[in-house]
Amino acid sequence: MDPVLTKHIGEPNAQTLDFSLQHGAYAGLRKALGMAPDEIIDWVKKSGLRGRGGAGFPTGMKWGFVPKDSPKAKYLCVNADESEPGTFKDHVLMERNPHLFFEGCVIACRAIRAKVCYIYIRGEFYHLQRVLETELARAYEAGFVGANILGSGEHVDIYIHRGAGAYEAGEETALIESLEGKRAQPRLKPPFPAVVGLYGCPTVVNNVETLCNVPLIFDRGWEWYAGIGPDKNTGPKLYCVSGHVNRPGVYEADMSVTLRQLIYDYAGGIPGGRQLKAVIPGGSSTNVLPADKIDVAASFDGLVQAGSMLGSAGIIVMDETTSMVWVAKNLLHFYEHESCGKCTPCREGTDWLYKILSKVERGEGELRDLGLLFSVADNIGGKTLCPFGDAVVPPVASTLQHFREDYETHVRVGRPPLPPWRAQEELIGAH
Amino acid sequence: MSFHPQMPYGEGWHRSQRRVPPDGPPFAFTPENLARLEDICSHYPPEQRKSAIIAALYLVQEQQGYITGNAMQHVAGVIGCAPAQVEDVVSYYVMFFTRPVGTYVVQVCRTLSCALRGAERVTEALCRHLHVSPGETTPDGMFTVVEFECLGACDRAPVIMVNNEHWHECQDPDKVTELVDALRSDGVAALSGCHLVKER
Ligand SMILES: Cc1cc2nc3c(=O)[nH]c(=O)nc-3n(C[C@H](O)[C@H](O)[C@H](O)COP(=O)(O)O)c2cc1C
Ligand code: SF4
Ligand code: FES
Repeated sequence: MDPVLTKHIGEPNAQTLDFSLQHGAYAGLRKALGMAPDEIIDWVKKSGLRGRGGAGFPTGMKWGFVPKDSPKAKYLCVNADESEPGTFKDHVLMERNPHLFFEGCVIACRAIRAKVCYIYIRGEFYHLQRVLETELARAYEAGFVGANILGSGEHVDIYIHRGAGAYEAGEETALIESLEGKRAQPRLKPPFPAVVGLYGCPTVVNNVETLCNVPLIFDRGWEWYAGIGPDKNTGPKLYCVSGHVNRPGVYEADMSVTLRQLIYDYAGGIPGGRQLKAVIPGGSSTNVLPADKIDVAASFDGLVQAGSMLGSAGIIVMDETTSMVWVAKNLLHFYEHESCGKCTPCREGTDWLYKILSKVERGEGELRDLGLLFSVADNIGGKTLCPFGDAVVPPVASTLQHFREDYETHVRVGRPPLPPWRAQEELIGAH
Repeated sequence: MSFHPQMPYGEGWHRSQRRVPPDGPPFAFTPENLARLEDICSHYPPEQRKSAIIAALYLVQEQQGYITGNAMQHVAGVIGCAPAQVEDVVSYYVMFFTRPVGTYVVQVCRTLSCALRGAERVTEALCRHLHVSPGETTPDGMFTVVEFECLGACDRAPVIMVNNEHWHECQDPDKVTELVDALRSDGVAALSGCHLVKER
């Protein structure tokens, strides 16, 4: 399929309003302004668009949960926190195609009758924030955002809100808390944000890529959109390929594309002719797949069938030199560091898992530690307030399941010789 | 008893605990920063000024380099909330410094995609070159080296971020030591490595 979202991202000045207008920006908005909110939601439902933030929840349905007759203000919060290890697609969209993004925000606001949209951008994306601010000012000036948009009477303000370094702020209720000036710690659901969200008002939280898909549905029609990709996995999708590949980057394809195609055709295969060992298909919170399981469609449903998840479509590729114990240790350092600490199993358990994995990785573990890893992980998954707890389990459980021999090598023989990309030992600050 | 029979409760500081930094020197926003803050506050409903706490703390950091007890008191006064609420925020988010840091804080991404492409060696080269360990500042107060989690640019691994703003991508031990030397001699002019300026 021809790229739609990323067609022009490599061209000079692709982010500017002039360039975007030459390539059809805001055409979808013009159509949507002529439609009633319910009709907009109906089109999004019929297009089959599913949220690109991780869970794949149908976007139209989510918008439909916002109570129509509530006297309270309604809010759209954009999740531009992109912190899932291995994910960098929203980054590219905001940097190179910001007007498509604003267009999606305004259409979504019209659909849910919101007058204000906050873009919650992670603090580390400061250079992107400046691009967004410049382009947003141009969009305001040209009348695509602000009061009386294109003479329709619609009023939408967009504000950019900078975070300050917390993975957990990506969880939708934690994002709302953070926007209210608190720690990014999740709320108990229900009530769901659609009913009680930002400042106690009905709120929709959507991912950046999700919103970038919205204008396409109106520009080209929901029939066109629903015709892309396999049934129930419609529309163009961005894949982030990183790790041991020749051409890491963001690639756009429909969801019939397989993991093998993404790794070998799009990203140019593994450097040095080495063999593939394992793939994380959807960001660090999804199950690792071994090399013989990559002939599956990289779609929401395809990857569930293969025993993993599409998640944020962050595909991390690991070659034969990689120790999966080291991978698990690296990721558990991340989760230990990012746990918000609100629930005990997650706060304590991530610390324990990291400590056990460090010990095993150094070659000081015992076989019974492997059972202990399973047991601790099992006491976190499903027993926490937010899905972070469930996200901790895959790096441990799936590496143990598919690569037990790696763990046993570390235990029986000790740490294997280091691959070239880690060869300078002993590292300062190594734990 | 711990919820897992074989594991003890951890000790050490967790981000969910509040740790209040020393009061430090007196602090008040400059009139320009105060005006910038009021502008940001206008993005939120009038009764929701607390939403601007993070923005206020960034301004403190810009003005003073790091955040102190007095600065938090001042922010609470300007925002109109309890100082405890500001303390909560400061202790939770990793981009706030509660002690003096170097002129250049070099933060190296250590998460999987960067680590798969040699991030450990970048940190090591940096530390060896500057004679510090991660978390430390050089005696001349120029550089602090910090390890960071995924920055969201894993295709250009390993990635470093200087001072919460400037990114440099596709690093290796040689490039990063050259960058540090250039920062010493040319100052901020050396920070032009963000991919934003390069088009494919
Ligand atoms: C721990 C955690 C971190 C998350 N991080 C992000 C993130 O960085 N970006 C994002 O878009 N969604 C993230 N999500 C998913 C959001 O909670 C939410 O489902 C999503 O923003 C909904 O948008 P969508 O319907 O457009 O997919 C995260 C979820 C959890 C549990
Ligand atoms: S599961 Fe972890 S991140 Fe989520 S609320 Fe509990 S402690 Fe916080
Ligand atoms: S792992 Fe370093 S930027 Fe993502």
